[in-house]
Amino acid sequence: MRAATQERQGHGIRWEIVSPALLLIVWQALAMLYPGRLFPTPIAVAQQMWTFSASGRLPLDMAKTLTRAAIAFFISMGIGSIIGVAMGRNRILDRLFSAWVIVGLNMPAIVIAIVLYIWLGLTEFALILAVVVNKVPLVITTIREGVRSFSADYDELGRAFRFPLLRRLRLIFWPQLVPYVLAAARTGLSLVWKIVLVFEVLGSDGGVGFRISELFQFFDIKGILAYTAAFILVVLVFEYGVLRPLERSVLKWRMDRA
Amino acid sequence: MANGPRVTLDIALKRFPRLPVPLIEGLALEIAPSSVVALVGPSGVGKSSLLRLVAGIDTDFTGSILVDGLPAATAPPAGFVFQDSRLLPWLTARDNIRAVRPAITAAEATALLRQVDLETYADAFPRQLSGGMQRRVALARALAVNPDLLLLDEPFVSLDRALVTDLQRVFLSLFDRQHPTVLLVTHWPEDAAILADRAILLDGRPLRIVGDFQLEGKRGERSRAHIEQMTALISEHRTEATR
Repeated sequence: MRAATQERQGHGIRWEIVSPALLLIVWQALAMLYPGRLFPTPIAVAQQMWTFSASGRLPLDMAKTLTRAAIAFFISMGIGSIIGVAMGRNRILDRLFSAWVIVGLNMPAIVIAIVLYIWLGLTEFALILAVVVNKVPLVITTIREGVRSFSADYDELGRAFRFPLLRRLRLIFWPQLVPYVLAAARTGLSLVWKIVLVFEVLGSDGGVGFRISELFQFFDIKGILAYTAAFILVVLVFEYGVLRPLERSVLKWRMDRA
Repeated sequence: MANGPRVTLDIALKRFPRLPVPLIEGLALEIAPSSVVALVGPSGVGKSSLLRLVAGIDTDFTGSILVDGLPAATAPPAGFVFQDSRLLPWLTARDNIRAVRPAITAAEATALLRQVDLETYADAFPRQLSGGMQRRVALARALAVNPDLLLLDEPFVSLDRALVTDLQRVFLSLFDRQHPTVLLVTHWPEDAAILADRAILLDGRPLRIVGDFQLEGKRGERSRAHIEQMTALISEHRTEATR
């Protein structure tokens, strides 16, 4: 039973490795079919990436963007989770603030950034705050759904066996919330990456977005793709190096099916 | 050898909001220590609700439920076996047992699993166990909480006959070894005839006792014919009472 499961997982991992390679092959083929300055091959982009890295520019910009994204991500996960749990547990709070959440979800990201830049100036704080304001409603919605879906049966189990609050939180509530936290983290991260870049284009003193906007002035598509590819590489490393192993570890009980 | 507590029920009124008729009104019952009492009645009559009052899960009623003289809600928690096994799916069989009583060691939890013939499945997650196995883990968990007072809420529901027979064997052996006080909720008179010392027939709204039988013979040693005879007696009485 376990051998069969491992074999299935092995197959899955092999396909996941094949997937990006396939994308590169398609890209290379298309670039060879339509050669030109505005459609560089992946090899040319990789060379450009190496040049930027060697000059120290790319790592510096990447570090700036990643720091902004990480700060915004953790702040929004924290605030969003607290509010999401409160709204999921308390019907009055939920009714009182659900319109705010809807407004937050549908407010164009660019508007939030512009307004905050006008109010607070082109500062680091304004940029991070703009990302947080954009991301928090999404976290709230996901976590609130998670809390709403808590099983009343497990709640009753906790009461029948007189679980103290901490044990109830650790053994009953938290495991039910984990899939939603992971979902919020994953969708949130993809949103944060994108928004940080857009806001950096709009106004910042460095970072991937800022550099891409600079390269855009010169129609340097190779440079733009080099930065984008480097950024995507980081995202993939985070996905496969952190998120997936974490998911496999905390949701093991779901995967090991008979 | 464990000795089960005496359970005394004297429920003046239990009603659910928005329902015009109370669920229970003026129900009194005395459960002798270390006896196995089956509460038999049709589905939806309120047997499980009554069990939740005894477990102290639901305290919204007037009257008293005493476990060895202590109010049920403050007495040591009972070993409750729910209709569904209600194991925490993210914990292994062993950890499900330790979850309800963290003081017990892994070895002690495994020993409890041994009592229900599941020692080799200690590291399995609930999804990897069959329905019958899950019920047995739930029983081991109940024993970890309180081996002296077991509340079994339709423990055989949605199991096939072979699994029921197997689980009944496990119950009988446990009752024999540990001498707990057991309240078994079931809608099958046969479960009572096989497992219990006493069968109480419940029916109506408000819930009332329509029959109270001391079942002859030692449980576990009753012949098939004897069990069938007692099953027929309980069923007959139930039919008459509902007429």
